[in-house]
Amino acid sequence: MLVRFNLNGENIEAEAEDDERALDFLRRLGMKSVKEGCGEGECGACTIIVNGKNVVSCLMLAPELDKTEVWTVEGLSAKGKLDPIQKAFVEVGAIQCGFCTPGMVMSAKAFLNKNPHPSEEEIKKGMEGNLCRCTGYFKIVDAVKRAAGEG
Amino acid sequence: MQGVTEKHGYFIIGKEVQRVDAFQKVTGQAKFVADFDMKDMLYGVLVLSKYARARVKKIDVSKAKILKGVKAVLTYKDIPGENQLGEVVADMPCLVPEGEEVRYHGDVVALVAADTLKIAKSAAKLVEVEYEELTPILTIEEALKNEYKVHPNGNVLTSKRIRKGNIEAGFADSDVILEDDFYAHYQEQAYLEPQGILATFDNNYGITIYGSMQCPYYVQSAVPKVLGIPMNQVRVIQAETGGAFGGKEDVPSYVASQCALLAYHTKKPVLLVYSREVDIQTTSKRHPIKSHYKLGLSRDGKLKAVEITAHMDMGAYATLSPIVMYRSLVHAASAYDIPNVKVDIDGVYTNKVPCGAFRGFGSPQVLFAMESMVSEAAKRLKMDPIDIRMKNALRVGSRTSTDQVLTESVGAVKTIEHAVKISNYDELKRQVIEFNEKNKFKKRGIGVSHIIYGVSLGAAGQHLDAAGALVQVHRDGTINVHFGNTEMGQGAKTVISMIAAEALGQKMDKIRVDNPDTSYVQDSGPTVASRTTVFGGNAVKSACESIKSRMAKHFAKTRKVPIDEITFENGTVKTSNGEEEDFGKLAQECYDANVKMIERGWFVSPKLYWNPETGIGEAYITYAYATQIVLVEVDMLTGRTQVIEGYTSHDVGKKLNPVGLVGQVQGGFVQGMGYGLFEEIKTSSGKILTDNFNTYIIPTISDIPKKLVIDFVEDDYSQGPFGAKGIGEPSLMPTPAAVANAISDAIGRRIKRIPATQEYVMNLIEEVK
Repeated sequence: MLVRFNLNGENIEAEAEDDERALDFLRRLGMKSVKEGCGEGECGACTIIVNGKNVVSCLMLAPELDKTEVWTVEGLSAKGKLDPIQKAFVEVGAIQCGFCTPGMVMSAKAFLNKNPHPSEEEIKKGMEGNLCRCTGYFKIVDAVKRAAGEG
Repeated sequence: MQGVTEKHGYFIIGKEVQRVDAFQKVTGQAKFVADFDMKDMLYGVLVLSKYARARVKKIDVSKAKILKGVKAVLTYKDIPGENQLGEVVADMPCLVPEGEEVRYHGDVVALVAADTLKIAKSAAKLVEVEYEELTPILTIEEALKNEYKVHPNGNVLTSKRIRKGNIEAGFADSDVILEDDFYAHYQEQAYLEPQGILATFDNNYGITIYGSMQCPYYVQSAVPKVLGIPMNQVRVIQAETGGAFGGKEDVPSYVASQCALLAYHTKKPVLLVYSREVDIQTTSKRHPIKSHYKLGLSRDGKLKAVEITAHMDMGAYATLSPIVMYRSLVHAASAYDIPNVKVDIDGVYTNKVPCGAFRGFGSPQVLFAMESMVSEAAKRLKMDPIDIRMKNALRVGSRTSTDQVLTESVGAVKTIEHAVKISNYDELKRQVIEFNEKNKFKKRGIGVSHIIYGVSLGAAGQHLDAAGALVQVHRDGTINVHFGNTEMGQGAKTVISMIAAEALGQKMDKIRVDNPDTSYVQDSGPTVASRTTVFGGNAVKSACESIKSRMAKHFAKTRKVPIDEITFENGTVKTSNGEEEDFGKLAQECYDANVKMIERGWFVSPKLYWNPETGIGEAYITYAYATQIVLVEVDMLTGRTQVIEGYTSHDVGKKLNPVGLVGQVQGGFVQGMGYGLFEEIKTSSGKILTDNFNTYIIPTISDIPKKLVIDFVEDDYSQGPFGAKGIGEPSLMPTPAAVANAISDAIGRRIKRIPATQEYVMNLIEEVK
C-alpha cells in the first residue's frame, strides 16, 4: 500500500508491502540508523519515535506508519548540529561499538520529552528496553542525566 | 572515581579525549555491514542441520532452485576449493557432504542466495535433506566414555598440563588441605550486531569482503582455501563492527566462506547477515568447564600446593579450543606465588555448539573456581579474604604457576591495597554485619577476587604475535594511519590516534585511523588477547617516529639548529631558541624537498621459552593484575541476587586513554556480572533453546550496581607503548568470581556453579534449612 507519513520533518509517500516491517521499510528509505539486533522487540536497537512515543520498529508493520509522524536519529542532527542528547552521549563517552546508540538516543529523546527532570531510578526504568553489551550502561545513565540538565 | 596521581610528560597520552568515531556513531552514519547497499545485491541464508548428530543421506535442492528470485542453492558439491574450515584444527566442513555426519544443530548443509531475504528464506525451507539420526554425545561424561565418537580419532582432542615443583611434597608440607568441584557454564557473547559479511567482485577482478570482524587476516586466509584461489585475489576490509568480545575472532572466517561461495557462483554482491537465532544457534560460546581443585596451605595461609583437573566442553568442532585451553591452563591457579602446581586440562568434543573465544578466553571459568577455593581456605583458616591474597600475591621476583620469574610491572599488591582503600573495606564489612543482624529475609555478602592476566597471545601463539602499521603524513599535515587491528567498540581507533598524535607531535584531530584492509598492512595477528594497544600501538608509534625524525632532520637543516633541541608537540615544531613552525607547514616543506613521508611500523613480541610437556616457561610477555570487591544482596525467600556495589582496581601499566579505560571496565564488569548471575544457555537434545534476548537474558540498565568505583594502578611495562599493558579482558575476569564469593558469604553456602541463577541459589538456601 502507499504509506503517507512525516519522516524526520518531511512529508513522504512510499509504497510498502502489507507484511513489511517498519524496520525494513525505513531502512529501505535510507534510514540506516534503524538497526536490527534481535527482530523480536527485545533489544531496542530499532527504536524510533512514532507520534512522540518510542516504539520498536521490528514489531511494527510499515502500513501502520501511515498518517504518523516518525523520527529516527537521522532527523535529530539533520542540520549538522547535534541534539543535546546526542551531544551528551558523545561528551560523557556513552558510545562504544555504536550499534545500540541510535536506538538508545531515540529512547532517551522520547523519555526526556515526557519526563524532563528524571531521577536516576526513573532513567533506568525509562531506558530498560534498550540493551547495550559494551558500556555496562553507567555512562548511558550519565548521558541522559547530562542531557536532562541541559534541557 | 579515585585514581593514582602520576606525573604526565605527555600532551595527549593520559588525557581525557572524545572517541574519534563518536560523531558517526551517534548520528547513525557509521556503516555496519548490513548498511552497505550495492546494486543487484543478493541476500544469503543458511540451511542448518535439524539434528545434533545424524548422517546426511541425501540433499535435494531441486525445489528450492526453481523458486522465482532464487539465484543459487549450493551444497558441498559446489565448493571449488577445500571443504574444510578451522583456525587451529581443520575439523569443520564448510558444507556437510552427503554420507557424512552433521555434528551439531548449527552445522550448515546448504546455502541460498536470492533477490530478497524473504525469497531466500522461503527457498531454504524447500531444501530437502534426508538424515539418518544417530545417538549424540551431549555431556563431557558421555564423551569421555568414547562409546560414540564425535570425530574418528576420539573425543579428547588435546590435553595440556603444568608440572611445577613436587605436588606430593607440597601437600605433605601443608597444614590444611581442601578439595572441591566446580562448574562454569556457557556464556553467549551477545554482541548487539549479529554476524554479517558482504562479498563482492571488485575492480581488480578478485573478491573483496567487507564484514563485522575482529580478525581480517583470518578471513583472508580462510576464504581463498574454500574458493581454491590465491590469497592475492581476496581483499578483506573490516566494516564498522558492533561488538565482538571474542565472538568475531574466528567465526567471521566461516561466515565469509559461506558468503564468498555465494558471490563466487552468482557473480553478484551477496550480503549474508545472520538472524539472532542463527547467530546464537551456530556460533561459538564461552566453554563450559568442569573442574576439581585441591589446595594445600600452611596454618598461616601460605599456599603450598595446588592440584587442578579440568575438562572443557569444546562442542562439535575444535575452532579455537586448543589455544583457549592454553589460557585456562596458565590462569587456573590465578595470581599467586605457589611452589607446587599440577594442572591437567582436557578438551572434549560433544555434539553441541562449538565453543571458542570470549573475553577472558577460558580464564573466567577457572578463576571462578580458584578464587572460590582461596576464599574458602581463608574461611577455614579464620583469615580475611584480603589478607590471604596479600600473603600469596605475586611481586617482582616471584614465580608464576608456570615458573616464570616476574621482572617488572607487577602491580598485583597495589591493586589489593587500592581495592581495600576505595571500598573502605573495614567499614563495608561492618555495615554488612549490621545489615544482616537487622534483616532476616535479605542477606548481604562481600566477595573478593584477585586475578592475573597474561597479555597478548603468549608462548602458544608466538607465530601470530606481531603487528604492522602504515602511516602517511600528507602535505597539509593530516595523517592516515592504517594498522592491522580492528575497532569493535573497545576504542582501538581512539587510543591509536592518541599514540600517533603523541609520537608525531601533531594534533589528534588531524589523524584518521582507517579500518583495516589486508591490502595495506601485513598480517598483524588477531585483535584479541588485549593485545591491540601494545602491538598495534608499538607498530604505529615506530612508524610515526621514523617520519618525525625525517621531519626533524629537515627542520634542523633548513633552520640551522641542532636536531636534539627540536620538539614536536600538539601541532607545533619548535626549538629552545625560539624557532617555531606549524606541523602542516613543515610537512609541506618536506614534500617540496622530496622527503619520504610514508612509513611502515612492525612490532614483534619478545620471544618466549615454553616447554609444552611440563607447562614450564615464559607463558606470556607480561601480566596485568586486578583486585575486585563486590557487595551483593540476596533475597533469601526467592534466591534472587543483586550486585549493589563494586570496587575494582586494575594494573594497566600506564593509562593512555582514561575515558576508554573506564568504559572498558564498566562494560566488562556488567558482562562478568551477567555471567556470574543469570546469563543461562539452555539446551534440549543439544539444540539451544535460549536463542534470542527474550530467553537468553543479558543485563539491562536496571541490573547494574548502584555504585561501581574504578581505580587504576600504574606500574610501567618497559615494552608497552608509553608503558601500557592491556585492559579488554581483565575488565571482565575478576567479576564472576567476586560475585560468586559474595553470594557464598551472604548465604553461608559455597557457590560452586556459575551462573549462580536464582534457582541454584534458592536450592542452596533450602539445603541449609
